[in-house]
Amino acid sequence: MKLNLTKVVNGCRLGKIQNLGKTENHSMDIPGCLLYTKTGSAPHLTHHTLHNIHGLPAMAQLTLSSLAEHHEVLAEYKKGVGNFIGMPEMLLYCSLHDPVSPCPAGYVTNKSASVWGGGGRVEITVSKFMAIQQALQPDWFQCLADGEASCEEGTSIKRARKSVDRSLLFLDNCLRLQEESEVLQKSMIIGVIEGGDVMEERLRSARETAKRPVGGFLLDGFQGNPATLEARLQLLSSVTAELPEDKPRLICGVSRPDEVLECIERGVDIFESFFPYLVTERGCALTFNFDYQPNPEETLLQQNGIQEEEKCEEQIKKIKTTGCNQKMTSFEINLKEKKYREDFSPLVRECSCYCCKNHTRAYIHHLLMTNELLAGVLLMMHNFEHYFAFFHSIREALKNDRLTQLKELIRRQAC
Amino acid sequence: MAAGAATPASLESAPRIMRLVAECSRSRARAGELQLSHGPVATPVFMPVGTQATMKGITTEQLDALGCRICLGNTYHLGQRPGPELIQKARGLHGFMNWPHNLLTDSGGFQMVSLVALSEVTEEGVRFRSPYDGEETLLSPERSVEIQNALGSDIIMQLDDVVSSTVTGPRVEEAMHRSVRWLDRCIAAHRRPDKQNLFAIIQGGLDASLRAICLEEMTKRDVPGFAIGGLSGGESKAQFWKMVALSTSKLPKDKPRYLMGVGYATDLVVCVALGCDMFDCVYPTRTARFGSALVPTGQLQLKKKQYEKDFGPIDPECPCPTCKRHTRAFLHTLLHSDNTAALHHLTVHNIAYQLQLMSAIRASIVERRFPDFVRNFMITMYGDQTLCPPWATEALASVGITLN
Repeated sequence: MKLNLTKVVNGCRLGKIQNLGKTENHSMDIPGCLLYTKTGSAPHLTHHTLHNIHGLPAMAQLTLSSLAEHHEVLAEYKKGVGNFIGMPEMLLYCSLHDPVSPCPAGYVTNKSASVWGGGGRVEITVSKFMAIQQALQPDWFQCLADGEASCEEGTSIKRARKSVDRSLLFLDNCLRLQEESEVLQKSMIIGVIEGGDVMEERLRSARETAKRPVGGFLLDGFQGNPATLEARLQLLSSVTAELPEDKPRLICGVSRPDEVLECIERGVDIFESFFPYLVTERGCALTFNFDYQPNPEETLLQQNGIQEEEKCEEQIKKIKTTGCNQKMTSFEINLKEKKYREDFSPLVRECSCYCCKNHTRAYIHHLLMTNELLAGVLLMMHNFEHYFAFFHSIREALKNDRLTQLKELIRRQAC
Repeated sequence: MAAGAATPASLESAPRIMRLVAECSRSRARAGELQLSHGPVATPVFMPVGTQATMKGITTEQLDALGCRICLGNTYHLGQRPGPELIQKARGLHGFMNWPHNLLTDSGGFQMVSLVALSEVTEEGVRFRSPYDGEETLLSPERSVEIQNALGSDIIMQLDDVVSSTVTGPRVEEAMHRSVRWLDRCIAAHRRPDKQNLFAIIQGGLDASLRAICLEEMTKRDVPGFAIGGLSGGESKAQFWKMVALSTSKLPKDKPRYLMGVGYATDLVVCVALGCDMFDCVYPTRTARFGSALVPTGQLQLKKKQYEKDFGPIDPECPCPTCKRHTRAFLHTLLHSDNTAALHHLTVHNIAYQLQLMSAIRASIVERRFPDFVRNFMITMYGDQTLCPPWATEALASVGITLN
């Protein structure tokens, strides 16, 4: 695997990872995102509808939390999780947790961590962890780690230190077991940077993890509501400064467009795409504009749109103060609203997704009002496509030195 | 009360929309082709039910890819939400749901009576209270046709006075005669006979003489097709098949016969033998959402533990997208998660199963081997021909197909 940086501007890394995966013949652009899945399938989507989406990421994210309880089945199946889920052509990254489901704290020990699946808590020791990975055979997998230093408010230095020590111990043990496993030779372990909010521990975690032969780094503990991330941005910069340039940096739990840009500016390369899923689940469609080079007519429409947004600011401030990032954002419209009942325009004008090319806002509104399953299918297709196109525009903006414009555009819409 | 015939002047000779391609020399099975506004439809045909302008979780592109060329929409549901005016603005139901092929809408009568607790039938129509906004409305033959005209479906159904097949006594006769009168009112009210084909619905419950009267009266009306209604409720299969056979014996050969509410594989095979051309049923799509996959030997309840490590497809002979890519074990896993994709995989497969069954039936009729097809079907489904349900054996025997 080789990470080639085309350029670094204002802390943002633009590049390409090549010779990627177990077969070493895939590639991936950075900054980029992973395809979010639930139990090995994109939410609501079959292979047919998934492949209606343009700009699909090369790599999908699987979660150990959804797969651990099926360990035995996968082991007996033998052909790896990619074949099991019907995605043999996709690169696969296995994370520990599902960014959407909260994960109760208090279950990490010196010997194990726990994940929460459909059937409840699954305790995972290092050897069980590696046995599961042997059955999964992913291209990349997040190492077993202790992520709980960031769970409570005001984490103690002691707890932060423990999270780093434990995670390094798990990592060393996993690396040792990987050496002994023929089946996992081509898979890459992603080292996890812990340390809570304690700068010293974060730096230690970064330096120590970087010494190990990991394929990349996962920046854990930066998830939460927008306020939480903002407080940790400084920490994030300091951490990435310690990491080698030639290995990818992933972050978990951060998926909102504005947060994505903040993190890219601080050296993060790869993100999860669960934000479009959350938007889908609340019956909303992503409509935010990432076209930082609009034609004059569009500019005028946008300006008018922004006046609208300023009117809405009050309302949105109300929504945001609840602090929960599951509430509707200003990047989306709510198709359940009555005003869409007779709106025969597509979700987003000029969007080339299957939903926008074939259906109207009025139809989606009807599907939501009648609780029809197709609503989720169509919204997911649109939201994923819109989100992947956003990442494409980030890369284009970096290539053309226009990131400031894009950032400003997104900032205006974040209200 | 005299049942007046519709004055032929209000409806020019109804189009002959069915072309017969082949007929079984033993049974009453026929293979044909319907000529409809949105393209031809091969018969016998199974029509999946897309109640509220959607085939549940599958897109119209997926439905088209499965080979479906006609499906159902429900006038009652759509009449409530989003309502006929909105759909008309959306360029009809075809435009609203973006379905390029054919649509059949029912009249709304069945749902009104089966779904709505407080509905009252009078000569005017069915009066009911909407469960959505509590408003009282009257669904008359005229209103039903008006809504269906707005929906723009290729085949529309008369409003019939629907009575459960388990009801006996004078109500059945009343309903039958009223259905004839309502047919005439529907014909008179129909504004688009050139684009939309209005089908009559034969009633009469399980009473042979009432059904015979209904058949005689309704076949005097020159409609493009006939449905056999009032069955597929709680009646016994023994009574059911006899009413179907009676109906097909008296319906014109050159017009399609639509048996409403029938969808189990065995029922489809037998009723094709009895001379029916079109079928609809929620069963295949509904059962998919409960984790049940249809196969030639019956069905697989994929949520059950026995499929946990079953690494074969639902049906190794099935060419549908689900079977081409996924194992029973994966579907089992996915069904136990909260990802709705699991349901869609099964919906795709079950629709494929139904459509493939009808294709196979049709091919056997065209190739003059339908009786053998039936025998093989029964062996596969029941293991042994003696294990075939008695009603099916009798029904098939009545049209010259014996099972041994």
